[in-house]
Amino acid sequence: MNAVIAGFAERVRQAAAQKRPLRLKGGGSKDFYGGPLAGEILDTRAYAGIVSYDPTELVVTARAGTPLRELETLLAGQGQMLAFEPPHFGDGATVGGVVASGLSGPRRATSGSVRDFVLGVKLMDGRGEVLNFGGQVMKNVAGYDVSRLIAGSLGTLGLILEVSLKVLPRPAAELTLRLETPQVNALEWMNSWAGQPLPISATSWQDDLLTLRLSGARAAVAAAREHLGGELVADGPNFWQELREQRTGFFKTGSTLWPLWRLSLPSVTPPLPGSQLIEWGGSLRWVKSGEAKLAAETVSAGGHAALFRGSEEARSAGVFQALPPTLMSLHRKLKNAFDPAGIFNPGRLAQGL
Amino acid sequence: MDKPSDIAAAISALRAILPEQGLLVSEEETRPYECDGLTAYRQLPLMVALPETEDQVVAVLKLCQEMHLPVVARGAGTGLSGGATPVAEGLVLSLAKFMRILEIDPVARTARVQPGVRNLAISEAAARHGLYYAPDPSSQIACTIGGNVAENSGGVHCLKYGLTVHNVLRLKVALMDGEVVEIGGTALDAPGYDLLALMIGSEGMLGIVLEATVKLTPRPQLAQVVMASFSDVVAAGNAVASIIAAGIIPAGLEMMDKAATAAVEDFVHAGYDLSAAAILLAESDGTPEEVAEEIAAMRSLLEASGATDIRVSANEAERLRFWAGRKAAFPAVGRITPDYLCMDGTIPRRRVAEMLTRISEFSKTYGLRCANVFHAGDGNLHPLIMFDANVPGETERATAFGASILELSVEMGGTISGEHGVGIEKVNQMCVQFSSAELALFHAVKAAFDPRKLLNPGKAVPTPRRCSEYRLTGTPGTKT
Ligand SMILES: Cc1cc2nc3c(=O)[nH]c(=O)nc-3n(C[C@H](O)[C@H](O)[C@H](O)COP(=O)(O)OP(=O)(O)OC[C@H]3O[C@@H](n4cnc5c(N)ncnc54)[C@H](O)[C@@H]3O)c2cc1C
Repeated sequence: MNAVIAGFAERVRQAAAQKRPLRLKGGGSKDFYGGPLAGEILDTRAYAGIVSYDPTELVVTARAGTPLRELETLLAGQGQMLAFEPPHFGDGATVGGVVASGLSGPRRATSGSVRDFVLGVKLMDGRGEVLNFGGQVMKNVAGYDVSRLIAGSLGTLGLILEVSLKVLPRPAAELTLRLETPQVNALEWMNSWAGQPLPISATSWQDDLLTLRLSGARAAVAAAREHLGGELVADGPNFWQELREQRTGFFKTGSTLWPLWRLSLPSVTPPLPGSQLIEWGGSLRWVKSGEAKLAAETVSAGGHAALFRGSEEARSAGVFQALPPTLMSLHRKLKNAFDPAGIFNPGRLAQGL
Repeated sequence: MDKPSDIAAAISALRAILPEQGLLVSEEETRPYECDGLTAYRQLPLMVALPETEDQVVAVLKLCQEMHLPVVARGAGTGLSGGATPVAEGLVLSLAKFMRILEIDPVARTARVQPGVRNLAISEAAARHGLYYAPDPSSQIACTIGGNVAENSGGVHCLKYGLTVHNVLRLKVALMDGEVVEIGGTALDAPGYDLLALMIGSEGMLGIVLEATVKLTPRPQLAQVVMASFSDVVAAGNAVASIIAAGIIPAGLEMMDKAATAAVEDFVHAGYDLSAAAILLAESDGTPEEVAEEIAAMRSLLEASGATDIRVSANEAERLRFWAGRKAAFPAVGRITPDYLCMDGTIPRRRVAEMLTRISEFSKTYGLRCANVFHAGDGNLHPLIMFDANVPGETERATAFGASILELSVEMGGTISGEHGVGIEKVNQMCVQFSSAELALFHAVKAAFDPRKLLNPGKAVPTPRRCSEYRLTGTPGTKT
């Protein structure tokens, strides 16, 4: 066994024996996300590096501690990309953190989320066992799909050691358009466009400005531009980059970043009150207030609200919506299957997990 | 459940739950359920239940849980790995009556359907909105969405549009104890663990799908397919890699060898080049301009890879005919042999040519013919091993031939199943692909949902004992 992995296994076994929590951490760029942090830090960056990458296979395998930046640079060199556009939220983002947090960027509504691109994981469970699920091939139904289950589990099921991700070619052409329109129209348009064969790869609306990105074959992008109208945005790539990293004005105003609520909704949900930034064709809405009322409306519309950024105190009350009891009971049993001593990131995803 | 008095009690309790004619008990009635598409394995169940409402499903499950009666869910029975093969001491729970499309929302681009709805019926119902359900298994006329979810089924267009797991948004699931849970939703990225991913591909072992909400995709303006002939399979395999390397993700990228095209041509007259050692079908879809650009690019890549003949579908009728041949490949091979086994290994694309060479060697070793049909773009292989179960020894040879292919798939860095599931067919090869600790985790996941192991017992995940015997002797113990 690799010496670094052996070291991890030793710590995991000790922690399990003493029932001492471990806080799994890469670059710490997403420390703000999820429930409060607890436990002794286990830094994954000791286990870093690309394991394999063959562009014609459309798969890359990387160790968890690999900097996301390094991975993205490697892919860009071959004209490929992570199509779910994971946000970095800081300099230190690692590949393991991307998968554990399950956060996707602007392209998510059209290309899919982190989990849609996870092909396999190497995982250390709460007994210090190294387990492999999925693999490096496009299709794999042998055994339960544990690798996708790990995506977004916030490190509560195990220590991710390696991940294999599907990658895609960068689009041949890309451009950004802007139209001025109120929210109600923007929502209607985004939903209507999504039902047509248009190469829209990202959308965003704020303050009566609807911005969209077209990506694909040159001819398709040109035809769609003609069809959709609007003004060409000169610094398109920069706009989406800043949005993906939440560095645009909306996320900055005021002295602090929080509270920031993330409302995940059916895309057809009518406009909600309050100042908002909308992404993902209407299915992601950011709100900068702690209004509990909005959260309740989100739930009744069939969605879910999360306190994306907030004070330590607010976070300790739970940042994600509580799960119904039967689902919660399944979660507890699954947690117990992977991490019987309950040592990995306790409370980060939900109390009791 | 083997005491006659227990069985009699179960029957009368089930009759009280189910509609008239909703419980089949006699051998004559249960015979049609004795196997799925993997006809080499047959087993009569104790009985077959055909509930019509969700409440009846829940009541049946609760009763079975109480009486310790194993339950095997069944959709259309087209599965190719024995996932729906009955267990002798258990009940088959047919979802065949759940055939309603509950809602099509053209604006939200979703369809909410019952589990027994056929795959193709969803696309047909969505067609008037310019939408369709993207995963298109070749069995789509018959197979159900419940079965698709259980197997994480794919189709010839999955390279670009994803598998079932990428196209299902929400499930309503009844657990073995009768609890009903909703997982996922039309809002993206639900909180908590991704139980949707866990459920999809779980082969009916974690819960019974009562309802699914699936994503609908806009129909592309145009689709065209290029058919390229190759005089050797290695060149065809390399052509696949060169298309992907050029940054093209075709809407479909399929390969058939000579044995497969010959069988198909006799059956559906698709217009395939019978002199070719292998043909590739590569589809492009999108706007007319986009398709023209991509077809031209693929054409020159195929030429550079040594294609001996290239044809582009001239119209929609011809495109459908080219695909009809591919989609009829299994039944076409079924016509030329008494029995066949369909393999489903997936390997890295770059090793497709090497795999084909090895398969033809195996074919000589085992003395059995094999036709090859590949989802080449995904590296998912369907070698069809032909045999005659009535000839003593052939079934065993076919099984051994299949095992060799699957084990080689694992050795090449791939998997034993890309889309058909493990079922009973590949349960031994699970011991090759997974370690004891990994299998133990699968059992623990199963126990979280179904602690009494009543849902589809004996399938997909082998017991440690079975594996130790298989690893030791190459033959499993008789009892799993
Ligand atoms: C000619 C032919 C071509 C095929 N082509 C393809 C192909 O291109 N791609 C592909 O992926 N597959 C293909 N298949 C395999 C098969 O059609 C798929 O696996 C399909 O999804 C099975 O659906 P079904 O309704 O027939 O399920 P069944 O065979 O009835 O059952 C399959 C599994 O699903 C479970 N199940 C069924 N319904 C439910 C439910 N409601 N809840 C929980 N579990 C349930 C069963 O217990 C069983 O384990 C093909 C099969 C044939 C015969």
